[in-house]
Amino acid sequence: MLASYIQIKEKHLMHDSTRKTPAWKRHLLAVALGAGLGFAGAAGAADHPTDKVNTTGLAVSDDTVKVGILHSVTGTMAISETGSVEAEKLAIEQINAMGGVLGRQIEVIQEDGASDWPTFAEKSRKLLTQDKVAAVFGCWTSASRKAVLPVFEKENGILYYPTFYEGLEQSKNVIYTGQEATQQNLAGLDWIAKEKDAKTYYLVGSDYIWPRTSNKIARKHIENVLGGEVIGEEYYPLGNTNFGSLINKIRLKKPDVVYASIVGGSNVAWWKQLKAAGITPERQTIVTISVTEDEVLGIGGENIAGYYSSMKYFQSLENENNQAFVKAFKARWGEDSVIGDVTQAAYLGPWLWKAAVEKAGSFDVDAVAAASADIELETAPEGYVKVHENHHLWSKLRMGQWKADGQAEVVYESELIEPNPFPEGYQ
Amino acid sequence: MQNWISAFGGRQRLLQLAALAVVLLVVLPLTLDIFRLNLIGKYLTYAFVAIGLVLCWGYGGVLSLGQGIFFGLGGYCMAMFLKLEASSPENTAIQSTPGIPDFMDWNQITELPIFWMPFHSLTLTVLLILTVPALFAFVIGVAMFKRRVGGVYFAIITQAIASIATILIIGQQGYTGGINGITDLRTLLGWDIRPDSAKYILYFLCCVLLILCLLIGQFVLSSRYGKLLIAMRDQEDRVRFSGYDVANIKIFVFALAGIFSAIGGAMFALQVGFMSPTFVGTVVSIEMVIFCAVGGRLSLIGAVYGALLVNLAKSLLSESFPQLWIIFMGALFIGVVLLFPRGLAGLYEDFVQPHIDRFLASRRKPALVKHEQAAEPAPTSGKPQEVTS
Repeated sequence: MLASYIQIKEKHLMHDSTRKTPAWKRHLLAVALGAGLGFAGAAGAADHPTDKVNTTGLAVSDDTVKVGILHSVTGTMAISETGSVEAEKLAIEQINAMGGVLGRQIEVIQEDGASDWPTFAEKSRKLLTQDKVAAVFGCWTSASRKAVLPVFEKENGILYYPTFYEGLEQSKNVIYTGQEATQQNLAGLDWIAKEKDAKTYYLVGSDYIWPRTSNKIARKHIENVLGGEVIGEEYYPLGNTNFGSLINKIRLKKPDVVYASIVGGSNVAWWKQLKAAGITPERQTIVTISVTEDEVLGIGGENIAGYYSSMKYFQSLENENNQAFVKAFKARWGEDSVIGDVTQAAYLGPWLWKAAVEKAGSFDVDAVAAASADIELETAPEGYVKVHENHHLWSKLRMGQWKADGQAEVVYESELIEPNPFPEGYQ
Repeated sequence: MQNWISAFGGRQRLLQLAALAVVLLVVLPLTLDIFRLNLIGKYLTYAFVAIGLVLCWGYGGVLSLGQGIFFGLGGYCMAMFLKLEASSPENTAIQSTPGIPDFMDWNQITELPIFWMPFHSLTLTVLLILTVPALFAFVIGVAMFKRRVGGVYFAIITQAIASIATILIIGQQGYTGGINGITDLRTLLGWDIRPDSAKYILYFLCCVLLILCLLIGQFVLSSRYGKLLIAMRDQEDRVRFSGYDVANIKIFVFALAGIFSAIGGAMFALQVGFMSPTFVGTVVSIEMVIFCAVGGRLSLIGAVYGALLVNLAKSLLSESFPQLWIIFMGALFIGVVLLFPRGLAGLYEDFVQPHIDRFLASRRKPALVKHEQAAEPAPTSGKPQEVTS
């Protein structure tokens, strides 16, 4: 009896949250224009008594539900993670304006990871055991995710993780809204090989797990699939600012493509030194998998114009969803703000969680995790996304060519790519 | 009996220690829930380092800005043991090479490196936690102190070594886990260290070890060696001309501080469940010095309170003001150092201790009081005491 009731409810909700979604899109514009019109939510709280939707003691009351945001707002990572915090808050405000989740308004508890991995672990434990939040949106670096993962698995929480990352991980307690390594690397390499008729590649990166894994996958793909040759592979410590010798080697070996995954502050030095050394995009093709609009702000558009980034999202995407998102984001956080790949992926987190909760008809983590597979979001700024049963997203790859104004022109767009965190033949 | 009391720092110090023991073992566990208690346990692991710094810097005048190295050595030894246990072939069946830690597999390493082998055994691990830092401190000590490198130069060199250690760990990520550190530690000899019950036991273990270290510290300070240590800090040449080998005195205290730090590091890995290069670097090493300075660099027990309070402030402030807390922390440090140069212990000695002394004296027979005063020179005022020979 109960089961059939839930089933009917579920169908009803599916209908509301996925197919009829333009409702929130229209609303997005309304928020952007400051109209502040409230749409009725998918279902009122009265239809979902608290003891039914929360059987595990989460912080869910008759009219509110608590969630956590856990990013670094101080320390070296703050510059990267702030965009994610803003996107998550924007999404939550929009959801609240629409009537919340299962008729409950979302309350945010924000914690600072302080760019320090143990602090992330401490704060995630606090959010889960003290505040009893129903979901956490957070983490940025792989190191911080690795630090909190055991906590989420032990305390049975659910984390929406926004960053593109190295793969080799899959957990019931994490929804990965960014791309894993094969989604970010393979299609981009295929395109550049064809476009530039590239035979020789030079791989460079910062020295940690993500660049190394990405390059491992890139190397296998170049050697085994594209029939090309890797003529150099080098790593530099995080924060390194002297790329003179690397640039000299690149000049000497003249690879068809330089494939770069240099992250953070090092980027500024790397691109400026390239320009100072007289290297131009006409003579040297460089593809990077680590530069988004956020980094370009620091690098300066004129220093990177003409080079390529391989991402799933660029601020300049021309579709209705994205235009509404960019407008709402700027209205909320200022005209000067830029939106990078990860910021958009962070924005998806609360929406995917809402859809999963409504599909499950429950805030319980087990139910949400189980309901997450096959959730579709047709209203994502990046276009259509769908959650795979391995908790990663189906997404497209786009190749953007940077312009001097700090925006990218999308020159290539792939089909939807299936996420595959444990790729056979690339290990 | 009297001999024993004075061997461990005298009646007053032992009373203070007992009060600390009551706070740690009774008051905190009864008033805090397990989440906060686990945090306190984590802070106490820093207190081990702070105690070492009191001995080394406060009494010996040897300022080390690289105590994170020893904390890291202890922590990594323990984490390597726990990681090996968590990486049994059954748990890691998904990897291309089952049975080795996951990060090695990601870095295309196909067999366990030799230096990981000893960490299959807990006995060897515990031995290494105690001996590796001692040996390392001995090597640094011999290289520096025998050549009479001291003061600022020593501080800078230790800081450089901490920095090198971090770069080494991050650079060799196939062998060390790199910047991610060694994560996802689960069991100790089959005993799950993650549930609340285990966290209680580890907390008490940490407290007991800390109190033992405090006793050892007080014993060292009360011995003849302790007097030499102070003498050396204040008049190094005079001690040298009296026929003592100053370098050996320094090496000993530096190694002892290193061992204390390593015990703290090992307890950290057990309680927090992972270890990362953040705890080896210069920032954390300097933070440790701040804990010690806030607590009072001439008070072993003050250092424990210093580590507790600073970290508590850090946690609470960052929970309430996610964006501003770091500014408050900075203000707190500047305030304490400017207003109370002798730290919390100085405040205690100036304002609280006199009352306690009066209270105790009024309850004791006058004859006994006289005896005590004769046996014990005036309590350390915190200022460096001139040693007259």
